[in-house]
Amino acid sequence: MDSDLLLPRPEGLYCPAGDFFIDPMLPVPRAVVTHAHGDHARSGSELYHVASAGIGLMRERLGATATIRDHAYGESFTMGDTRLSLHPSGHVLGAAQVRIEGRGLVAVVSGDYKRDPDPTCVPFEPVPCDVFVTESTFGLPIYRWPPMHAVIDDMLAWLEECAERAVPAVLFCYALGKAQRILAELAARSDRTVHLHGAMLRLVEAYREAGVRMLPTQAVSESARGKDFAGELVMAPPSAAGSPWMRRFAKASTGFASGWMQVRGARRRRGYDRGFVVSDHADWPGLLQSVRDCGAKRIYVTHGDGEALIRHLRETGHDARPLRSLGGTVSDVRDSEEGD
Amino acid sequence: MRRFAVLFEALDRTASTSAKRDAMAAYFRNAPPEDAAWAVYVLGGGKLKRTATSTELRLALAAETGYADWLIDDCYAHVGDLAETVALMLPAPEETADDTPLHVWMETRLPSLGKLESIERMDVLRQWWHALPRDQLFLVNKLLTGSLRVGVSHRLVVQAIAQWSSLPTDLIAHRLTGTWKPGAAAFEALAGPERDDEHAGERPYPFFLASPLEHDVASLGESKDWLAEWKWDGIRAQLMRRDGGALIWSRGEERLDGRFPEIERAALELPDGCVLDGEILAWAFDSDKPLPFAALQKRIGKLKPGPKLLADTPVRLMVYDVLEFGGNDLREQPLHRRRATLEALVAGHGPTLMLSPAVTAEHWEALTTVRTESRERQTEGLMLKRLDSPYRVGRKRGDWWKWKVDPYTVDAVLLYAQPGHGRRSGLFTDYTFGVWDGDALVPVAKAYSGLDDDEIGRLDRWIRAHTVDRFGPVRSVEPTHVFELAFEAIQASGRHKAGVAVRFPRILRWRTDLAIRDADKLDDLRRLATG
Repeated sequence: MDSDLLLPRPEGLYCPAGDFFIDPMLPVPRAVVTHAHGDHARSGSELYHVASAGIGLMRERLGATATIRDHAYGESFTMGDTRLSLHPSGHVLGAAQVRIEGRGLVAVVSGDYKRDPDPTCVPFEPVPCDVFVTESTFGLPIYRWPPMHAVIDDMLAWLEECAERAVPAVLFCYALGKAQRILAELAARSDRTVHLHGAMLRLVEAYREAGVRMLPTQAVSESARGKDFAGELVMAPPSAAGSPWMRRFAKASTGFASGWMQVRGARRRRGYDRGFVVSDHADWPGLLQSVRDCGAKRIYVTHGDGEALIRHLRETGHDARPLRSLGGTVSDVRDSEEGD
Repeated sequence: MRRFAVLFEALDRTASTSAKRDAMAAYFRNAPPEDAAWAVYVLGGGKLKRTATSTELRLALAAETGYADWLIDDCYAHVGDLAETVALMLPAPEETADDTPLHVWMETRLPSLGKLESIERMDVLRQWWHALPRDQLFLVNKLLTGSLRVGVSHRLVVQAIAQWSSLPTDLIAHRLTGTWKPGAAAFEALAGPERDDEHAGERPYPFFLASPLEHDVASLGESKDWLAEWKWDGIRAQLMRRDGGALIWSRGEERLDGRFPEIERAALELPDGCVLDGEILAWAFDSDKPLPFAALQKRIGKLKPGPKLLADTPVRLMVYDVLEFGGNDLREQPLHRRRATLEALVAGHGPTLMLSPAVTAEHWEALTTVRTESRERQTEGLMLKRLDSPYRVGRKRGDWWKWKVDPYTVDAVLLYAQPGHGRRSGLFTDYTFGVWDGDALVPVAKAYSGLDDDEIGRLDRWIRAHTVDRFGPVRSVEPTHVFELAFEAIQASGRHKAGVAVRFPRILRWRTDLAIRDADKLDDLRRLATG
């Protein structure tokens, strides 16, 4: 029974056979955490199992006093009646899929993942399994990511245009993962210094300590009062848009790096001048590819509006269901805006 | 069309009107005039006659991608723009060199679709899709399915042409009114020197539009400096008596030839070389006030009204301004002089051309009292026009104010929602509201506007989490939230389930203080409809 291995509960996704939770939303005795984003890694649990590659970020997120056991990708360990191992999901530094073997079944919980190359983390590893729990943040065929080099071309052209017009270029993106990926991609093409919002500083530092090569950065707060940011690249989390913090960047051209920028209306509604399609989630072809690669007999779809993906998978010969159908009472709906 | 695609992208990538104006002016300077002419046309909101249906586009897309119809519909509902959905779902072609000029698309290629059978039409569409880079593919689909909507108003296009040509904007606006036909010569003529015969022929004058009065009426100064008139609820129109004939233009700059024969006939009795501004109203012969707007609607749709309709629903032109007399442009004259000319002109012309009477009152306070009669008189309130003002172009604030009576309001319950379009794509922003009929809620109004972005976001999340049922893109929700709606009029209607139809409904506020049992009853609305 699938539900011996996985059961949605109010605290989060629970494994009865191993007696642990994956990415619990509430404090629990034993947690396996797939990655360090705030909607997956929450403090307060007694014991955490995480991938070693992301230990620095996890400490940052879960606090210095949290009890954390870290495991190399592929290393096998026991939880109750199950054998566990963590495998790279290619989402952000240290992000993992959780492979659970027990009661004669192998289940893999993907966490968040992507199939596109990313210089800041180990690429997604297809893990053969019977039951695959997949995310579906971008579960419609309109989401197909452009090649990163084309996006970076576009971004560099934007920076040049801002330099010509002598205005700052303020790029909004999530502070964990997206910012570092862009800084690393840009490092191959430029050697400029990038100015960072305070919320990004320690996370960028954690990536540097993990050995990720990125452009040199400087805190905006450490710049001289009245510094002219014309022609400079400034990076900030989306929450800084429209805040008093932006006053320093009068007349700035603004951009947002996100998978949601694929749709014109989404960019226009948010009022950014430029949208750059960069996502740390799988696009539609990536979702289908992963379902094929793992060869699972049954697919559970989590994360927001997965209905189109489920129906498409069913119509193409897969046994696909919403995760919430797996008994239990938890809602698997997270605010997908957060997760990008 | 590569050059136009670059312009479109530049316009799409900035919210700054001056940057948009500069981008257009630069395009007009450099583009071949035969293409620039079409750019003026489509950026100003012009559309081609629809040559392919959205169903055909969806079918062609299904054939091209192999995806199920429901999945294409889901994508469309999510994107909120069919042209964009197509561009996003098709694979980007490897290397494409197609650079068919804009004017060839507009004059030859797109119109050629109209001559084909549906099946052939979809084949041609798919061939185009194969050959086009994504940005041009998007634009071709946009041009095929409707207007561009890139945050550029007609007025901004006019300003860009003025900037490029170094001519006054009012002159450009005038040159573009009426049936301006795109073409190289027409485009170059926009920038040509002013001629004596600018006002000849069939070209109407740009309309002067009033702004809503949002402050205290006393702030307008002395009431004796103002002309007050009723605000008529009809179709704004310009009546041109020129070259031995008569022509009616709507405010949307459409010719209304043949739709209102009684007005055209009456106009022939006016002296040649005059242009009047007024409002077309449905008006029964023996009545002292117009018929409701719903009556006029029966006439609007009819290209050639038959004798029964003409007899049952006669129309009049309520004239309130004269823009041209004796072939001379009067627009720079102060209103009181134009008004004197107008009064002399329409005197004795029977009821079909009727002078919009001045509403006189000693002072603002008295006028405020008179205004309360607006609804009884089948008007929307008062118009206030500064007596020494010229007839301006477009919506310029300061000289013409519309002082409408407060709208009707109703507390109604949210029943259905569907995703919006354009800027609101992917969000549930198109709402249907209902009121109580016994112990059932019946839909009475659809509204799209009135909430701020925060409220829209909150409601969107709530709708997703509380969907009870789905009908295509439409979701029905648990009746929970009450909204105060405003509307301008209410009429009995056989086409609506509730038996009434409201005009211009919009959301005033989210009544979080009310429970659904506090919402209004259908009977309350019915009472208003008979009033």
